[in-house]
Amino acid sequence: MFETDKNDNPTDGSLNVIQANLRPCIQCGTCTASCPNAEQMDLTPRKMWRLVILGRLTDIMASKTFILCSDCYTCTLRCPRGLPLTESMEALKGIAFARQETQFRNSRLFYEKFMQTVRRYGRVREMEFMTRYFTAMKNPLTPFRFAPLGIKLLGKRKVTIGFGKSSATPLDALFDKVAAMEQAQAGTTGKEKTP
Amino acid sequence: MKYLYYPGCSLTATAREYDLSTRAVMAAAGVSLTEIDDWTCCGASAAAPLSHLLSLSLSARNLALAEQAGSGSQILVPCSACYLNLKKANDALQNDAERRATINEALKAVDLSANGNVRVRHLLDVLSMDLGKKRLSPFITRSFKGLTVAPYYGCQCLRPYVEFDDPERPVSMEPLVEITGAEILSWEMGTRCCGASLVSTQPETGLERVCTILKAAKGADLIVTVCPMCQINLDGWQSKVSQMTGEDLSITVLYLPQFLGLAMGIDDKSLGLDLNLAILDGFKEKIIQ
Repeated sequence: MFETDKNDNPTDGSLNVIQANLRPCIQCGTCTASCPNAEQMDLTPRKMWRLVILGRLTDIMASKTFILCSDCYTCTLRCPRGLPLTESMEALKGIAFARQETQFRNSRLFYEKFMQTVRRYGRVREMEFMTRYFTAMKNPLTPFRFAPLGIKLLGKRKVTIGFGKSSATPLDALFDKVAAMEQAQAGTTGKEKTP
Repeated sequence: MKYLYYPGCSLTATAREYDLSTRAVMAAAGVSLTEIDDWTCCGASAAAPLSHLLSLSLSARNLALAEQAGSGSQILVPCSACYLNLKKANDALQNDAERRATINEALKAVDLSANGNVRVRHLLDVLSMDLGKKRLSPFITRSFKGLTVAPYYGCQCLRPYVEFDDPERPVSMEPLVEITGAEILSWEMGTRCCGASLVSTQPETGLERVCTILKAAKGADLIVTVCPMCQINLDGWQSKVSQMTGEDLSITVLYLPQFLGLAMGIDDKSLGLDLNLAILDGFKEKIIQ
């Protein structure tokens, strides 16, 4: 069903960790039956785990399955082998973002812009975060999808345009320290680092 | 009863009414809340895929601040996503020595350290287990007899940490609704995912989730929620989903403390009812005076 690809790198560090976690998978499909988003996925969660165990990184990255995980933890709760399935989907998102896979650009930007506002202010400023996201997407039509909700929120003064005046706690020091620690770790184990 | 309070980012913006009503109901019930000074974002669902250590460290920073209030303190968290992140970090600090050392190494950058000696509690946990029917009943001054409520629990206050309710067939909201005289809608969607951030990043899938829940809630007068993400997906997008399906799926959506606060006779301004995005006119006339 899946072609082998010479670009598959079986020694990819990040995938190795997920692979080791998922080895006890018995392919029962409880995860698929439990997943509220399975119908919209091109590969069911069960098939995704099989690909991970086989180390088929190219096939994994071509699928949208892990990006459609909404962190509901139903599969994790029900897995008869007690495997960390939701966290594995999360880790696959991380690999896709680190590889800058173009098909996940929008999701990656959403997460990155979110974390940039956290880094700068310590807390999320929703309007600023969405503005940064729209700007980074460079798609002039995207804001219109959110416009009706945005106008409602503005009307309720739940979000404000521009930069708030409330105090902020920048978290650059913590972000930099974590990045340095991860870089050092990547240097010693050959793990793929996250941006 | 005393708790430390972690509102989280949403409760300062799109979910301000959740913050207002939580504080109002707790104050009326004689519970003291002390907001954690200088709290910061828990990392939401965005930090973990980018960096697992960053996600743990962001939450641990808040736990470290809470620990300064004394070992054994309890943190009340109304947002389910914040609750799960703080709980994961607390779990790592308590049960994984290697992780604890790594997290504390990171926290040195902000001159803090954490041991995991506080307890992280979801608002629903505190309302149902610590207060419960017995302690809340005396404060109920109005009857909502004739109203039908669809209790919507969502995901992350129930799973993966099973703390105060059945993670698939939860009932913790039922006694709290029943003390108001209202009836419970019997439905299967109380723990079905609202789509979370997929509504923004993958709208075709996300809005499908919202649609399924709103359709199942037909027959109820209102949906009651305990998470800002669930709330905005169900109230903020219901006109869009109605448009998509050509079916009127509009329904009143309130946060649980707003609903309880109304039954306790707390004025609507203190409960932030002017901030909700979906309160139907009929409901307003009948319930909000």
